[in-house]
Amino acid sequence: MMYEQFKSRAEGVSAEVHRFERKDTALNFMIEFLMKEGLADTPQTAALCAECGFLDERDRDVLKKLSGLKFDVTCEAASKARFGISQMDWALADTGSLAQNSSAIEQRLVSSLPTIHIALVPTSGILPDMPALLSRVHPKECAYLAMITGPSRTADIERVLTIGVHGPERLVIIFVDEFGGGN
Amino acid sequence: MGTEFKESIHKAINNANLTGALAKFSEAYKVNRAKAYEGIDFEELRGRIADLKSYAASHLDELSDQFQQNAEACGATVFRATDPEKVREYILKVAQDNNVKTVVKSKSMATEEIHLNQYLEKAGIQVGETDLGEWIIQLAGQTPSHMVLPAIHMTKEDVAELFSKEVNERLTTDIPRLVKIAREKLRPKFLAADMGISGGNIAVAETGSIVLMTNEGNARLVTSLPKIHIALVGIEKLIEKYADVTTILKALPRSATAQLLTSYVSIITGPTPNPDGTIKNLHIILMDNRRSEMAADPKFKQALQCIRCASCLNVCPIFRLVGGHVFGKVYTGGIGTILTAWFDELKKSEDIQGLCIQCGACKDVCPGKIDIPDLIMEIRRRLVQEQGVPLLQKAIYAVVNNRKLFHGMLRAASIAGKPFTTGTFIRHLPLFLADLTDGRSLPAIAAEPFRDRFAKIKQPKGKEKVVFYAGCLIDFAYPEMGEAVVKVLNKAGIEVLFPEEQTCCGAPARYSGAYEVAETNAIDNIKALLSVDATYVISACPTCTVALAHEFISTFESVGQTGWLPKARELAAKTIDFSVLVKKLVDEGRLTLKEGQKLGKVTYHDSCHLKRTLKVSEQPRELLQRAGYEVTEMFECDTCCGMGGSYSLKLPEISAPILQRKLRNIKETGAPVVAMDCPGCVMQIRGGMDQDGAAIKVRHSVELLAEQLDI
Repeated sequence: MMYEQFKSRAEGVSAEVHRFERKDTALNFMIEFLMKEGLADTPQTAALCAECGFLDERDRDVLKKLSGLKFDVTCEAASKARFGISQMDWALADTGSLAQNSSAIEQRLVSSLPTIHIALVPTSGILPDMPALLSRVHPKECAYLAMITGPSRTADIERVLTIGVHGPERLVIIFVDEFGGGN
Repeated sequence: MGTEFKESIHKAINNANLTGALAKFSEAYKVNRAKAYEGIDFEELRGRIADLKSYAASHLDELSDQFQQNAEACGATVFRATDPEKVREYILKVAQDNNVKTVVKSKSMATEEIHLNQYLEKAGIQVGETDLGEWIIQLAGQTPSHMVLPAIHMTKEDVAELFSKEVNERLTTDIPRLVKIAREKLRPKFLAADMGISGGNIAVAETGSIVLMTNEGNARLVTSLPKIHIALVGIEKLIEKYADVTTILKALPRSATAQLLTSYVSIITGPTPNPDGTIKNLHIILMDNRRSEMAADPKFKQALQCIRCASCLNVCPIFRLVGGHVFGKVYTGGIGTILTAWFDELKKSEDIQGLCIQCGACKDVCPGKIDIPDLIMEIRRRLVQEQGVPLLQKAIYAVVNNRKLFHGMLRAASIAGKPFTTGTFIRHLPLFLADLTDGRSLPAIAAEPFRDRFAKIKQPKGKEKVVFYAGCLIDFAYPEMGEAVVKVLNKAGIEVLFPEEQTCCGAPARYSGAYEVAETNAIDNIKALLSVDATYVISACPTCTVALAHEFISTFESVGQTGWLPKARELAAKTIDFSVLVKKLVDEGRLTLKEGQKLGKVTYHDSCHLKRTLKVSEQPRELLQRAGYEVTEMFECDTCCGMGGSYSLKLPEISAPILQRKLRNIKETGAPVVAMDCPGCVMQIRGGMDQDGAAIKVRHSVELLAEQLDI
């Protein structure tokens, strides 16, 4: 129920939403997506992956084999990357938003500078709404709470909705039901 | 009104790009906003917002202390300042101490309020706006015309022109391409900036957090990339509890841009690491700039409940004609008028307060539950107190305050006006209506006012008695409406009383800020209307009804007239609008209309005071249907007709296009009759139709109903 609501709300603001039962199929989907979108080890086509709680050593080894995908997040690398990958901890069903404790700068760099943000989300992290989120996350433990709802947008020129101003122009959300390990 | 101000209005109204863009926007906004609020109890939500913001406004010092303590405990530096000059100096000092050369900013009205950019630039620091709209106006050397959509007044052609200069390349008006240019041009600025400056949508005392919302993602970059972040927050953004953030975030994006949530929301509590591993140098400035004074003012404290959504601009029939720049350089629209009067100075609001037509559309949608029209009236009242009433108006009010003289002159006018009469319309009314403009014919002063005709009506003696308050328009211009009221009530077995001492309801004086004049009118009317025993005091003019039911009381309260308050309350409790009473009589079976009539289509215009102050909109429609009319709704049925009492005299250039729009909406229904419940609206719309030449009858509901009484 909550997933369906999330999906319709998130798609309503131009996010792309996918869901997989198993982590390996989810990762395969992501790899295929990256390849299809032209992942390569050159500037403007690289991918940068921030710390994701539910990716274990094995997963990282698989990803490390991809040419152009890096784990060493710097501002410079993020500003050149086409893809940014991060794990978002929560999803809010009623607004189609993702949320994360973004206190670590690398989490913000990969989700704000690249053109495409790929968000891995545990399906169990879907919450009904923002009150549910704020009751779980207190500022004492979270210096930078970030909520992301769809890609970057503007209507500042003649009120015409245009996607992709300063942030990503695509937000690809991949839900994983059983992630095992990590998190 | 100043000539310069009048010229700015003239320029705006004749800017087709501006009025076209704003009209389209206001139409889309209404629909989208309603959609965004689907399934949400707006009244309940705004009640909660008003409560929590009002609490904060009463505890600004405590909440500021608490915020400072908690934010500093997390490692932020908090600076508190009353004076804008101190704020500018502080920011410059932080910049100079840290050898800052360039600054990137995300949108902040508080920085606009203190004209920060110019100040920093004078000191040799480069300041770059990064919100697309703000960047556009920065490049154009302009000021924002709207709090949320700062460049709404500009076209894609304007933007293409500006950007072409920036990139030295001839750009077309392809909007996605223009947006991409902005991304490419601003990205290096983000990466190189030494300091980021933001505002704050909310500041949470309990946790020392600030909340930032953007759609473009620029606030995330401004608060993440540079090593220094300064957030400038007006203290009205303080709320006590962290959990209440959700309450405001539920309303703010919905009211501002009809979104469920903006693309990005950041809740920042203390410094976080920079890209190079150092820790952010985070400064939060709590700025007062007269907000505490505002909080101490019993009337204006309410204005601190504003969450800066700008919905009052989006629904304003005046704003959509003139845009933001007519209002000034910083805060615009309804709430902007109030904020300018305080944050700048009362005198600065002298002209712009006159833009408000008092239609109440903004009050209906304000998520902070602020009575914006009432606060603008209060500005008017204080201006009049400070500066007095203009001489001509003074002369008029002297007349209005003397009923015998006033009515005598109106009678004289009926004779003097005669030579100009064409049909029931004359081109120019004598006396104080002399300035009325083209685009609308005006009614002749009736040869025989209602008060004279009333004496001749033979009424059946009824057990129940009701006092009729006619008001000037029905009494002297449309006596037939008064006769219709009597006919309808008599049919229900009610005897109508008309105390002759009743006079002008005081609305014209009150709406001009001359409360002392309105006070005298109120006292005279209370004496007259309570002089006889009756169940109700009925009025068929919603503006008068509002005066009797609400404004006598608030006028007395404003001028400190406590002696007459109990009587004003007694009158208020007895006052009832015509359509409400008649609907009640029909429902109780005391009044029957002819059965099975097929009278064809009618469209209904909601008068501002009836719909939004008295909350009456269904009763007149149901009565018309019951009489046999088929009610066809027009577009924007409850948008003001542009009359606004003397507004149409003071700002005819604004009133006229509002009327034209109303006429167009009426004509598009194809109905041969338009009904309404206000003689003021009848005067405006009938006059407009007369000039327009359309064969559409403009009637007060009472006239239509009186024709359909069961025999």
